[in-house]
Amino acid sequence: MTQAITGKSIRKPSPPWTSADVRTDFPILTSTDRPVAYLDNAATSQKPDAVIAATARYYKSMNANIHRGVYRLSVEATEAYESARAKIAAFIGAPHPREVIFTRGCTEAINLVAMTWGLQNLKAGSTIVLTQMEHHSNIVPWQMVAARTGARIVVTPVSPQGELDLAAYERLVADGAALVAVTHISNVLGTINPVAELAQIAHRHGALILLDGAQSVAHMPVNIAELGCDFFAFSGHKMCGPTGIGALWARGDLLDAMPPYQGGGDMISTVSFEGSTWNIVPHKFEAGTPDIAGAIGLSAAVDYLSRLEMARIAAVEADLLASAEKALRTIPGLRIIGEARQKASVISFLLDGIHPHDIGTILDQEHVAVRTGHHCCQPLMDYYHIPATARASLAFYNTPADIDALVSGLHRVIEVFR
Amino acid sequence: MSDLRELYQQTIIDHNRKPRNFHPMPNADHHAKGHNPLCGDRLELYLKIDGQRITDASFTGAGCAISTASASMMTEALKGRTLDEAKAIYQKFHTLLTTPLHEPVTIDGLDKLEVFSGVREFPVRVKCATLAWHTFEAAVKDDQHEAKTE
Repeated sequence: MTQAITGKSIRKPSPPWTSADVRTDFPILTSTDRPVAYLDNAATSQKPDAVIAATARYYKSMNANIHRGVYRLSVEATEAYESARAKIAAFIGAPHPREVIFTRGCTEAINLVAMTWGLQNLKAGSTIVLTQMEHHSNIVPWQMVAARTGARIVVTPVSPQGELDLAAYERLVADGAALVAVTHISNVLGTINPVAELAQIAHRHGALILLDGAQSVAHMPVNIAELGCDFFAFSGHKMCGPTGIGALWARGDLLDAMPPYQGGGDMISTVSFEGSTWNIVPHKFEAGTPDIAGAIGLSAAVDYLSRLEMARIAAVEADLLASAEKALRTIPGLRIIGEARQKASVISFLLDGIHPHDIGTILDQEHVAVRTGHHCCQPLMDYYHIPATARASLAFYNTPADIDALVSGLHRVIEVFR
Repeated sequence: MSDLRELYQQTIIDHNRKPRNFHPMPNADHHAKGHNPLCGDRLELYLKIDGQRITDASFTGAGCAISTASASMMTEALKGRTLDEAKAIYQKFHTLLTTPLHEPVTIDGLDKLEVFSGVREFPVRVKCATLAWHTFEAAVKDDQHEAKTE
C-alpha cells in the first residue's frame, strides 16, 4: 500500500540529467499563463507532480486518522505515515526511524528542542553558542529559553567573506558551552559550514550541537551519522515537499530523556486526573493529529530527490551557481555578499545606489522572482552594515534561461534608475 | 513596462538620488522614528512647529526609492503648512494610495505628490510610500515609540 502512495510513476531520467530534463516535473514551472524565473528556492521550493499527486491520493483514497483506528483505512493511513518516517530517516542517514519527530517545519523543530531539552538542561550561567549568520528561527527560541533559564548566548563571528571564525568558535565552546546551535548552510550567504568539524569541537568540550538543516537537505547529500550532530532540524517545503511538515532528528537517548513538547492525544500512555504518563518516542513529541498528508507528501518528495540522487543535484546546482555568479559579476555596480569557499547556490547581492526592494519590484515586472529584505537574518545584515540584500537562490530545476532572465532584468533595473 | 514607469516616475527617481531636506535637525522641536519591518526601511523625521504652522522639516535614514522620495517630497510639502493643512494632505495621500484598484480615484490638491499614484498598482509597496507620513503623525503627537507600517 505504501508503495502505491509514494514513488509510483516518478520518471528517472537516465543520468546525468539536466535542469531542462526535470523542469517538466514541476507544473508551476511549465505553466504558460504565468511564466516565471523562480529564484526564491531558499524561501521555498516548487513541488513536483509526484508530491502533489501523493498528497491528493491520501485524501482521495486513504483519508483516516492514524494510530487508533482498527479499520482498514486507518491502518493504511498509519502505515503510510510511519513508513514516511522511516523513509525520511533513511534519507538523512538516521539510524532509527523512531528518532525522527514530525513537526510543522524547521522552526518548530528548533523550538521543540529549546522548550524541552533546553528548559530541562539549561540553567543560570549555561552558555548557548550561536553564530552571526543564524536565521531568526535559530536565534529567537534560544533567547526565549535564555530569558527563562538565565542561560547566556554567545555569538561566533563570521569573516567578511562569510565564513565562520573557527578559532573564535572553539574558544567560545571551550568556555563551558552547553549547546551549539548553528546553520548547516546560510540562507543569505550560501556558506556551507564545516559542521562535522564544528560537531567534533563541540563534543570535545562537552557541548551538544544542533544543526539547522533547512537549507541543506534539499541541496546536498546529508548523513546524520557522518555529521556527528545531536539534533538536526529541517523543513519539508524547502525540499520539494508540502508546507506545514518538517522534522527533528535527535539522538534516541536524548529524546528518551527529554520531557514532552505539547500535551494532548497520541503523546500519552495513560491519562487520569491524578496524572498522566507519556507515550514512547517518537509519539511522545507528536501530540494531536499530525499533518498526515504532509508526511506522505514529504515521503514522496524524498523518493523524488532520491531518484535524482542528491550528489547529482549538488553537482547541477554547483554548475548553476558558477555560471550565475560569473554572469552577475559582469553587471556594473553589483556586489555579491557571501564569498565562502564552500558555497551552496544562494547569491545575495547589492546594486550600487539601488535599494533591494526596488530591485525586487522591477525584476517581478520582468517575471523574475527573487527575495529582497533581511531574509530573517537581521544580525547578519547589521554585521555587513546593510539594511537588506536581493537574493537569488537556485535549485536543480533552474535553467540557464532563468539566469539570463535575471541578468537582463538587472540591466532593466539599472536602466530605470539611470 | 508602463506600470514600472508609473511607479518609478522621474520625479521619484530624482528625489531618491538627491533627497531634499536630508539632514538631522539638532534644534527640532518635534522628532519621531519610523520603521518598516517588512523591508527594513528606517527614517527619522524632524519638525519645527511655530504655533500651528510647520516652519521646517527634515529627515535622515535609509530606504527604498519609494520611501526615500516620499519622505523627501513630504518634507517639501509640509514646510509652511498649518498642522490642519498637513493632516488634510496626509488624508488625501492615504486615500490616493489605498483606494482599491477597481475604484476610480481623483484627488485634488496633492500637487507634486500625485506622482505616487502609480504605487497603488503595487500593493506591497504602499507601505513604503506611507512610512514617512506615519512618522509625521507620530512626530506631531510626540509619540516616542517608533512608527511602524506593520
